[in-house]
Amino acid sequence: MALKQTPSQTVGPYFAYGLTPGQYGYPFRELVANNLVAADTEGARIRIEGCVYDGAGDKVPDAMIEIWQADAQGRYAHPADPRSSNSSFKGFGRFGTGTDPDNRFIFETIKPGSIDGAQAPHISVIVMMRGLLTHTFTRIYFSDEAEANQADPVLNSVEESRRPTLIATADGAVYRFDIHMQGDQETVFFDV
Amino acid sequence: MSLTPFKSRDFKSHPAFIHPAYTSTVLRGQTRPLVAIKPSLSELTGPVYGHDAVGELDHDLTKNSIVDGPPIGERIVVTGRVLDEDGRPQPDTLLEIWQANACGRYVHEADQHEAPLDGNFLGAGRCVTDADGRYRFYTIKPGAYPWPNHANAWRPNHIHFSLFGASFATRLVTQMYFPGDPLLDLDPIYKSSPPGYRELMVSQFSLDDTEEGFALGYNFDLILRGRNATPMEN
Ligand SMILES: [Fe+3]
Repeated sequence: MALKQTPSQTVGPYFAYGLTPGQYGYPFRELVANNLVAADTEGARIRIEGCVYDGAGDKVPDAMIEIWQADAQGRYAHPADPRSSNSSFKGFGRFGTGTDPDNRFIFETIKPGSIDGAQAPHISVIVMMRGLLTHTFTRIYFSDEAEANQADPVLNSVEESRRPTLIATADGAVYRFDIHMQGDQETVFFDV
Repeated sequence: MSLTPFKSRDFKSHPAFIHPAYTSTVLRGQTRPLVAIKPSLSELTGPVYGHDAVGELDHDLTKNSIVDGPPIGERIVVTGRVLDEDGRPQPDTLLEIWQANACGRYVHEADQHEAPLDGNFLGAGRCVTDADGRYRFYTIKPGAYPWPNHANAWRPNHIHFSLFGASFATRLVTQMYFPGDPLLDLDPIYKSSPPGYRELMVSQFSLDDTEEGFALGYNFDLILRGRNATPMEN
């Protein structure tokens, strides 16, 4: 039986009370937040922050970013990963750009390990916003993993001049990762 | 270990990133070709939120925000199944929904539409599919609302749906519409998906799911990407 895939539609401007109610102060229990770290989480604490820019170079104040990552040992908290994470680290976070005065997205998490020894440490990202009819996928790599990044098969499949759009810049434990929807610096988006 | 990757996203069904009739896409849609990625655990795994994650009234929007009485509007039951392209039910999948109230007003500070709020209705809900991939929400039929896309623009009645399915790769955010809505043919968001596909977003009235003396039933199935026939070696 071949059914057709249900079409994607924009998340619209009013996702906040359904998807990020706690962050925006709505009276509905939050299931997913931007702090992925629990007391028993192993690994180096890091913060990831950045803005989403539209084609005019303006910050998008109503975008929603989701991240998905492995734990410090490169294990995903999911049954398809036979090593499965042994802590309470779920690896999933969500944040809207509407509450920060600078319209940043911010995640408090840990630096993931390499998932297979071949890929460099990375975080998978989904970008959504009003005006984006189909979500896009990208990845966050880390500027202080230069050697691993050089060998990463996904980074190497991207033309060299565009690779920097996928690499978050370290300033201590804070990594800056901006997302450009259009223009010279347009972020690389993946067909996942 | 072997993993089975997903069939690709069907870009005949999904809207283009730039769809000028929906004006906000012009500066916000990405413009360069997507770069193909060889699926690995990063794409074939995804967040897991089981039945224990959702509260008892999370699926009932007619009750989950009551302050001093039932919300105003036409009570409805929205039910259906989450399947993949090959008809396989997708169990244990978290669905999250949000919508306007019966007057077409969202409880959101950015919504300045001059229509009344309902103190007994928030418009947010969630549930997890059962072993057959089935879900069920109780809610109020949402009203149409104006938006600034073009002159005299109104969104058809709709409920926003968000779900993951089996992995990060199968993520879907869509909108459920109602049958016979005259605004559908005028709506650039609905029409961003071509004929032959956009109709998948229109729910069907169901007398079988209508609860006598209580609420009209609507059926809405969500179809996610299927699996490829051949597993890959990881
Ligand atoms: Fe809406």
